[in-house]
Amino acid sequence: MAAPPRHSSMMATNAGAPQSGANDRQQVTQQSLTPQPTQGLRVPSNRKTIYDRHLNRSRNAESSRASFAYLFGEMVTYAQRRVTGIQDLEKRLNEQGYPLGLRLLDLLFYRSTSTSSSALSSSSTSSSPPNRPLRIITLLHLIHGPLWRLLFQRSADALEHSVSPDTPNEYMITDNDPLVNTYISVPREMSMLNCAAFVAGIIEGVCDGCGFEAKVSAHNQPTEMWPSRTVFLVRFGDSVMEREKVLERNGVK
Amino acid sequence: MSYYFTILSPTDTPIFNIAFGTSKGGGDGIARFRFPDTAQYMNQFIIHSSLDIVEEAQWINGGMYLKHIDTYPPAAAYISAFLTPSGARFLLLHQPPQLPSGTSSGLGSSSLLGSSASTTRASSSSVAANPTSPQTEEAVRQFMNEVYESYVKTAMSPFYKQGMEIKSPVFRTKVTGAGKKWL
Repeated sequence: MAAPPRHSSMMATNAGAPQSGANDRQQVTQQSLTPQPTQGLRVPSNRKTIYDRHLNRSRNAESSRASFAYLFGEMVTYAQRRVTGIQDLEKRLNEQGYPLGLRLLDLLFYRSTSTSSSALSSSSTSSSPPNRPLRIITLLHLIHGPLWRLLFQRSADALEHSVSPDTPNEYMITDNDPLVNTYISVPREMSMLNCAAFVAGIIEGVCDGCGFEAKVSAHNQPTEMWPSRTVFLVRFGDSVMEREKVLERNGVK
Repeated sequence: MSYYFTILSPTDTPIFNIAFGTSKGGGDGIARFRFPDTAQYMNQFIIHSSLDIVEEAQWINGGMYLKHIDTYPPAAAYISAFLTPSGARFLLLHQPPQLPSGTSSGLGSSSLLGSSASTTRASSSSVAANPTSPQTEEAVRQFMNEVYESYVKTAMSPFYKQGMEIKSPVFRTKVTGAGKKWL
């Protein structure tokens, strides 16, 4: 038969296998011993894997606002399928944002170390290789400044601590006009919904990634001037507050 | 010098590990630990036992590179740590060669003069013999930063979830390359 040589050799091994079981077993062990590093790896046609690309190419690499709005609208629609209520929907949006937060954290630090243009400089961690946030305030400044700039190209509008003595673990980050809500009009019967729950999920991912267990939720607080003003309520867990006290006593900044 | 490098996820799952030897000063890049090859798990024991110290140091030192944090004298194992902001731990165990046996095995049947020359060169020059010198710290820092770059690229992949084992052969090649370059 005029089969190509590669195939014929394969057929030969297949045919030989049932005749001698020992030989077959030997072949199997040999195969498992030899490392096969490239098996199952698909490399793009230009031979550039993700490891060969730069992570700092952010100039002129912004996605257009229209495509973002479309994509985010689709994400909300997707999350809205088979949900039982507004809280459920917000939870789903939150879960979509969470892994993004974990990734952004690494990216943010990577970019600020390698470019040495001070992306983190306006936060309280201003030394040249940026520090991991150890205290709550440092973390919140990181979110309020560098993270917000990475996402929306501007800082958030306010950062507040809860004044109530019952809830010392609550902090609020305010955005007067969140980008995610710009092109979303919420129906009247769902007026409690705030799609910035997605951004809340991102914040939650960042907090958790840094080792600050937290729950973050987005709330509408419209004013005359800013109808879509959103407050992100960050509630840190008890373990974080305990550690915070210890660190404060030890004078860790 | 022999190295054992491992990455642990924030929940202490090992997601990557590799053993390699020095490529500086005529090294061939093959790990020669003091344990026999059948006892390589000792490296894992030692490296994982330093996690407690990492977790203590983590909340005192805000840097990503925590420098040399732990020593296990019976095996002359030195451990350096690097923490990513998202909580992954990079741990590097380095073990300087046992001078008498290490150099002779590396050189095979060369003359006495040759072996003594290489010993002095290794001890004076660098990374290889003195695990706590500033040069070593710097080399390890560079190595860690380079691995961090590859790690971020892995983490940014939409198919990668935090805590998954890193299986990419390209990642392994990158780490090996960084080891060759700096250690």
